[in-house]
Amino acid sequence: MSEVVNHHPVHEAHHEELGFLRKYVFSTDHKVIGIQYGLTALVFLLFGFSLIMLLRWQLAYPGKPVIWLGKILGENFMPGGIMLPEFYNMLGAMHGTIMVFLGIVPLAVGAFGNYVMPLQIGAPDMAFPKINAASYWFYFVGGVVMLYSFFVPGGPAQGGWTSYTPLADIAPVGQTWWLVGMVFLITSSLLGSINFIVTIVQMRTKGLSFWRLPVFVWAQFVTAFLLLLAFPPLEAAAVLQLMDRLAGTSFFLPSGLVVSGQMIPNTGGGSPLLWQHLFWFLAHPEVYVLILPGMGIVAEVIANNTRKPLWGYKTIVFSILFIGGMSFTVWAHHMFMTGMGTTMSTFFQTTTMIISIPSVIILTSLLLSLWGASIRFTTPMLFAIAFLPMFAIGGLTGLPLGLTTSDIHLHDTWYVIGHFHYVVAPGTIFALFAGIYYWYPKVTGRMLNSVLGKIHFWLSLVFMNGVFLPMLIQGMAGMNRRYYDPTATPWGKAMQPFMEFISWSAWLLAISQIPFVINFFWSMWKGRKVTSDNPWDATTLEWSAPTPPPHGNFPTPPEVYREPYEYSVPGKEKDFSPQFIKEA
Amino acid sequence: MEIPYSVKANPVTGIPNGKFGIWLFLASEVMLFGALFSSYVLLRVGADVWPHGRDVGLSIPLATLNTMVLIASSVTMVMAWASLKMDQFKKFRLYLGLTILLAFGFLVVKYFEYTAKFHHEIYPSTSTFFAIYFTLTGLHGLHVIGGIIVNSYLWGPGAKVWRSEPDRFANRIEYAGLYWHFVDLVWIFLFPVLYLL
Repeated sequence: MSEVVNHHPVHEAHHEELGFLRKYVFSTDHKVIGIQYGLTALVFLLFGFSLIMLLRWQLAYPGKPVIWLGKILGENFMPGGIMLPEFYNMLGAMHGTIMVFLGIVPLAVGAFGNYVMPLQIGAPDMAFPKINAASYWFYFVGGVVMLYSFFVPGGPAQGGWTSYTPLADIAPVGQTWWLVGMVFLITSSLLGSINFIVTIVQMRTKGLSFWRLPVFVWAQFVTAFLLLLAFPPLEAAAVLQLMDRLAGTSFFLPSGLVVSGQMIPNTGGGSPLLWQHLFWFLAHPEVYVLILPGMGIVAEVIANNTRKPLWGYKTIVFSILFIGGMSFTVWAHHMFMTGMGTTMSTFFQTTTMIISIPSVIILTSLLLSLWGASIRFTTPMLFAIAFLPMFAIGGLTGLPLGLTTSDIHLHDTWYVIGHFHYVVAPGTIFALFAGIYYWYPKVTGRMLNSVLGKIHFWLSLVFMNGVFLPMLIQGMAGMNRRYYDPTATPWGKAMQPFMEFISWSAWLLAISQIPFVINFFWSMWKGRKVTSDNPWDATTLEWSAPTPPPHGNFPTPPEVYREPYEYSVPGKEKDFSPQFIKEA
Repeated sequence: MEIPYSVKANPVTGIPNGKFGIWLFLASEVMLFGALFSSYVLLRVGADVWPHGRDVGLSIPLATLNTMVLIASSVTMVMAWASLKMDQFKKFRLYLGLTILLAFGFLVVKYFEYTAKFHHEIYPSTSTFFAIYFTLTGLHGLHVIGGIIVNSYLWGPGAKVWRSEPDRFANRIEYAGLYWHFVDLVWIFLFPVLYLL
């Protein structure tokens, strides 16, 4: 990295040499913390993916032993190579938890937000660098706790990523570790979100008014508010569930609960629905935490590669703001089938239909941005373009779930899994890949290889759809989710070829990530060096910083002269007018 | 490298970074306690019978005393900050010290209340009322302990900053004060909800 030629000489005045530990491990520099978040999150993404690939074996070939896996995982999980039902549940629960809380959010917010946002607003660092570092370490400890829970008696949490009560209240000790891990992760995102909001409001550089902010910064801004306000209720819920598990209270246990023919000794009087309300009060805004940063990345990449301004910048921003506020009023559409009453259902059905409008507006604006453009089909752009139809499928398949009548049929089927994976997997994860390919040269000073990148993209696109499209059909045909043995029912047996097809697609999807992994490490040392600080001819501030940016980011604080996406301005010599260059 | 507006106010927003940060933190705290109060309401509405705190052994006189103690500590906290603003460091030490002592006083009273319950074999598992009572007051107690730790640090080793950067130190006292008033405010809600209603 150090070989890269800096076009702006760094002023040595404030420069102090830090030791290895202070510089790369316990750093307070937002860029190092961003990289730490990114690498840790990528490892967790891979781990979470491995869990589900294991689970897919049981679904494709129920009860068929895998002797060598049985030897590795032992008698508690796969005796004789046959997956125990409990282990099946653990894989599902931990896959969801790890992907959402340890993979995608830390990558979208912790990594991209931390690295790119301060650069895009022209700030030297985050407002509270030490708190920023603490945020990463809370996340790290939370991750270690989650991994450790695989080794406690009875294994990790097995109540789904939603940890529904009363099941989770009476689950083995792994559930307690899950709750402890969640408290660490919540603390991490709390510290991070305070930092993000203060930084964006207080530390924008000269000339950078709110209406000149890139869409990515707006997305991070709203996301931070969601994390700040939606996570504490889950923390409250975690505290209550910990009390249920450790102090013998019954916040979530109804009176007279009988499990396996035994009365539960707790006093009762609690409400299982209370957990669902508290959980989804977080978890629905969490959906937008997953998708908004992705939309922000896609907006950056699309503007840059269409070489023209985004269509409807202000419309996109207002939609993001509206989504942010509205996302706090839709949570109970996850609970239509709980018997909470038709008045409640009608209210939440209405709000759910309303919140779909701004999402469609954003998607339409991004789609219209392509109109009449001479598109550069770079690797990040391929991922960004694919994001549009993939997220569209994910979003539109959500509508029948948000309507109470059609939800009766689709609830708790594979359709639900297909729906939200379309949003998060080929949706958000594609956006995150776009971001990695787009900002990699700023971070390392070298480009990612585009041949490997395109192989990675096309294979991923094909197999992502191979995994999730059949799920929608399975669900509509009535196949329930979370069944340990899908062949136990006659209709399940008839649909078993689907299960095999999905499993093979998932395993091939894993193989399709190999070009990415090779590319990621190979390019770090051998990739083509960038010849300028602005290799994509982009307009936003991060490209004015030296490559890679030094501690403090900018040799002199940059000044902003125009709006973020002034591409192909008529009469100009070049097809891009950066925010940071003053022109007559 | 210098972080802009870490001591001086941003001319647009009119506040330094730290003050904005502490208000955001308090917003998240409102959501935390708000969720717990909402849970209380839901459990109470859903229950067949719900006791009055005074009928099941909660002591209103002790709780009233504790309310007074906390309000007094809020007053001394403001006095501490005001003393700094008037450049009277010794008075500041006195008032912040009083704040810490009053916080300890609150915890001592709380300790007697808790042990009295345990003597009568009343635990969180006794009933849903006591479950929410111990959870809410326990979490509030943790916040009081957090305040004591922060204030003690600022009274002791943290006070060195006063000599080198008086503005930064006064800001820190102000932020600690905002947090402390919030802890008071939570109690102002807890007292009627658990003891009186």
